[in-house]
Amino acid sequence: MALQSLDIKRRSATTIQPPTARGAVQEVAKLIDTTKCIGCKACQVACMEWNDLRDEIGLNVGVYDNPADLTPQSWTVMRFAEYENPKGDLEWLIRKDGCMHCEDPGCLKACPSPGAIIQYNNGIVDFHEENCIGCGYCITGCPFDVPRMNEKDHKVYKCTLCSDRVAVGQEPACVKTCPTGAIVFGTKDDMKRHAEGRIADLKSRGFENAGLYDPQGVGGTHVMYVLHHADKPELYSKLPSNPEISPMVSLWKGVAKPIGVAVMALGVLAGFFHYIRKGPVETTDEDERKAEEEAHHE
Amino acid sequence: MNDARKPGLIQRYTAGQRSNHWVIAITFVLLALSGLALFHPAFYWLTNLFGGGGWTRILHPYIGVLMFICFFVFAIRMWGHNSLNKQDRQWLSQFGDVINNRAEKLPECGRYNAGQKVMFYAMVILMICLLITGVVIWRAWFQDYFSVGTIRLGSLLHAVFAFLLICAIIVHVYAAIWVKGTVRAMTRGTVSQGWAWKHHRAWFRQVRKSAAQK
Repeated sequence: MALQSLDIKRRSATTIQPPTARGAVQEVAKLIDTTKCIGCKACQVACMEWNDLRDEIGLNVGVYDNPADLTPQSWTVMRFAEYENPKGDLEWLIRKDGCMHCEDPGCLKACPSPGAIIQYNNGIVDFHEENCIGCGYCITGCPFDVPRMNEKDHKVYKCTLCSDRVAVGQEPACVKTCPTGAIVFGTKDDMKRHAEGRIADLKSRGFENAGLYDPQGVGGTHVMYVLHHADKPELYSKLPSNPEISPMVSLWKGVAKPIGVAVMALGVLAGFFHYIRKGPVETTDEDERKAEEEAHHE
Repeated sequence: MNDARKPGLIQRYTAGQRSNHWVIAITFVLLALSGLALFHPAFYWLTNLFGGGGWTRILHPYIGVLMFICFFVFAIRMWGHNSLNKQDRQWLSQFGDVINNRAEKLPECGRYNAGQKVMFYAMVILMICLLITGVVIWRAWFQDYFSVGTIRLGSLLHAVFAFLLICAIIVHVYAAIWVKGTVRAMTRGTVSQGWAWKHHRAWFRQVRKSAAQK
């Protein structure tokens, strides 16, 4: 979703520094408190409404997850996990899944098309589909398995953190609609402070491992979770415990690029200077004469 | 007049082989340009040659499949001339003489010298690796068949193999420019007797012998 009024921190496939003068922008974050979520899916509906998305009506696959996965038309889904804790009690762990808006976004690092993925100064990572070429490298780069390729237009879609709403001082649609206040939005600092209060409350009520999910392997995220079991994020439908950009992607889209190009250029230069210094190997008249001689000798 | 019948010239490649070689060469150039465009932002402007980024992404894999097929037809026809022997080991050990233009010190070569044979096998291996990794990252057709870990590895390796192939082709092209009288083998199909005698003497004798028997 193009929104040029926001300031840009990083731009895909761009090696020069974006404009940095207007840097006094506060970083934002969405805080999702899984301990307050009731799984009503109002956030999914609000996302569809605001972003004009209408997914195909699917089939019930026997669990509450509906739709079953993120799609180009469903940028957020609630994932329901049933966890039997050591006491033998059942805990229903519900997590609103979607783009985490990484501070160090793997999608942006992998994208080959200049300006198809943008990170604004406020931390939101946005796809500009008009520049998307449909290669799917962002899907390859994402540590959270979030972007989805649309088969109809071969472009990739994901949560925008309602960058259009945020730009005009409104909170994302999912935040606006959440009936229990499980989703809140503000500056990242404020959200961390808010989370501290929630975690202290949870600890006082027996959830001693309650904590904030703001994984540092991707430089922190602009979508954070309060978890009852922050020591075991995998319980929440395989939320990765230490996500990071895959070393293969870092190598491919990191040092391999300048080194590869430099070596190829040096290869061409080596040939050029070899020719300049050693010269060509020529077939002389003498060689032709000897060949002729040998041919007639037979 | 057919070049091959001119006195003093020897046929090296047939019209069919030459055509095939140049289809491979053209597809290789298109693949290198479109591949580099998606590899490094400095080359993204090359997508304009293909009708934009989207078209570059669409066309690259199909051109790749065409190159692979043409290359393998060519490689199978050349396979028999490329087995490495004892003289080849000797030739490779004298690499200093090769790059310092001391051809007279090198052992006699057949139709291909050891450098060309090594290049042949390098290309065969790289082409196969590029096809396999290329299929893995071809999302339009195969994205549902591979895990993200496999696709990550495929993406990295495709870039590595492409880098190696481009380096190999730089050597291949330079060698043709460096050793005068070589390019006409692929443009006209013939080389001079002197060229054959100087660079591929065993092949020269074999050609003379079979001509004499006719």
